[in-house]
Amino acid sequence: MNAWRQPGCWLAWLCVAVGGLAILVTRDNTLREVAFTLLMFAAMASSLNIMIGYTGYVNFGHIVFFGLGGYTGFYLISQHAWPLYPAVLVGGLAAAVVAGLLGSAILRLRGAYFALATIGINEAARAFVNNFGPFGGPTGMFVNFAAYRQYGGAAQALWLTYTLLLATTLFTLITSGMVRHSRFGLGLMGIREDEDAAMVMGVNAPRLKAMAYVLSALSPGMVGTLFFFKNGNVEPGDAFRLHMSIEMLVMVMLGGQGTVLGPVLGAVMYERLRGYLLTSAIFKHLHLAFAGLSLLLIVLFVPAGVVGWLRGRLPRLRRLLA
Amino acid sequence: MGQLLASLVDGLLLGFVYGMAAMGLSLIWGVMRVINLSHGAIMTLGMFATYLLFSLLGVNPYLALFIVAALGLLFGFLVYWVAVHRVINAPHLSSLLATFAVNMIIIGVGTAVFTTSPRNIDFALGSVEIGPLTLQASRLIAALVTAIATATLYLFLYRTYPGKAIRAVANNRASAELMGIASARVLALSFGIGTMLAALAGGLISTFFPFTILSGDAYEPRSFVICVLGGLGNPLGALIGGLILGTMEGLIPAFMPVSWVPVIEFVMFVLILLVRPSGLLGAR
Repeated sequence: MNAWRQPGCWLAWLCVAVGGLAILVTRDNTLREVAFTLLMFAAMASSLNIMIGYTGYVNFGHIVFFGLGGYTGFYLISQHAWPLYPAVLVGGLAAAVVAGLLGSAILRLRGAYFALATIGINEAARAFVNNFGPFGGPTGMFVNFAAYRQYGGAAQALWLTYTLLLATTLFTLITSGMVRHSRFGLGLMGIREDEDAAMVMGVNAPRLKAMAYVLSALSPGMVGTLFFFKNGNVEPGDAFRLHMSIEMLVMVMLGGQGTVLGPVLGAVMYERLRGYLLTSAIFKHLHLAFAGLSLLLIVLFVPAGVVGWLRGRLPRLRRLLA
Repeated sequence: MGQLLASLVDGLLLGFVYGMAAMGLSLIWGVMRVINLSHGAIMTLGMFATYLLFSLLGVNPYLALFIVAALGLLFGFLVYWVAVHRVINAPHLSSLLATFAVNMIIIGVGTAVFTTSPRNIDFALGSVEIGPLTLQASRLIAALVTAIATATLYLFLYRTYPGKAIRAVANNRASAELMGIASARVLALSFGIGTMLAALAGGLISTFFPFTILSGDAYEPRSFVICVLGGLGNPLGALIGGLILGTMEGLIPAFMPVSWVPVIEFVMFVLILLVRPSGLLGAR
């Protein structure tokens, strides 16, 4: 049960690594922007998958970690002139600490109650940051343009952010693969299938759930810091959009929950679909309705997602589609 | 002091309407264990239906409520058969996502048709003075409508055959089926009643607040808070929860900036879920 010997994990890792590095080589600005969004979605969806796909807990508040981690990292960069690297790390750690604290409380809830609590936390976090003075209240914060100078100008800073994001995404995917093929991951999947039965079998469910929750919060915090550093400003509305939590859920469902490759595939497919719908003349105004319709069709008819569906159809490829 | 009393009563009257919306959510949860994430969007549809009936056909908004209720019921049947019926026994994620997909479709089509510009129903009823208090007549009527709707719902649930069937299915679906109750139809009916209450609440809100196609997003989380206050699956508890929330929204701004209201509401929401998930008024 070692992730390094699983061809399925390598497929997902190599796809992202090769694609990401290829863009570093071409130095094309447009491609980088597209890849930035894709990598961000892939990292967020993969980390969400640890909660939803492996543990079976529906989390509507994944964006809270993105927002709070991003806010913390950005606060350190803009108000205390921290360099980017430690700020990203602290952003991720802050999100993980918040998850640890929150998790010790709300992970006692199960099923729909947990889902409701995460919606509540998302709203509470946004309302809190809106009123919290040091984080700039409703107007948020912005980074002084001079801060980019230490990275060799704004253009260089963008490439640096991209490289760091690529590293973060790969880290997330490797973690996801290692969790899936470990004793820890088996415990999580036991909780997903039947929490009580798993506990009877000796799975320490509260501890495992808390660890999964903390682990799933780490990369959104790092990605959040990178995203807001790249944007140059941060506002509560951008940081805590419940809508974005849902978009991540759609990506996980689309690609296939509980798999390593699924969330990456789902992120790419969703981003492409959304890009197409936003630019097409017919669907420009209806893209939200269209996304909703595709979500409904997936939930009703292909609940296992693309990867799950392929696994069911092509048993021979099962080792490859982990 | 007088001002405090005024805002208290204002909040209380608003609480009736919040309570009605939450009642629908609570009923749906109680009968089929589905959290309807399209609830807010359906409230918005209620607002727009009232608005369109008033501005295009000149129907009195309060008369329009009857039409809105009927449309809400039919729309609920549609949503149930299209989106909910297939996932009713699937894990929670499926029904949550299916109803959220419905939400996205409604908001998406609504934004394309109506844009997001604010609307309001220009139909003033004036105000009523009771002692030192000046009350908006529209809010008084809204509270009255809610009281009537709640009484009717309870008479329906306890005195009629379909109502008793709903309670039987909520209690134990398998046994109800063994007793010859067609559970799928009962589930569709309860979903329809739930959306009807949401549409009615939306219609009432449109008579005193301006609204946009996205307004449902603001009211839906409130309905969750109220349901949890009153106990999920307990419609009368939802009404009382609505009154509590309305009172809080009336009183809190007297002591601190109004923007802190959601923080307090949602912290309370999470705390209640943790300490007493069955709700303050729900049975253990």
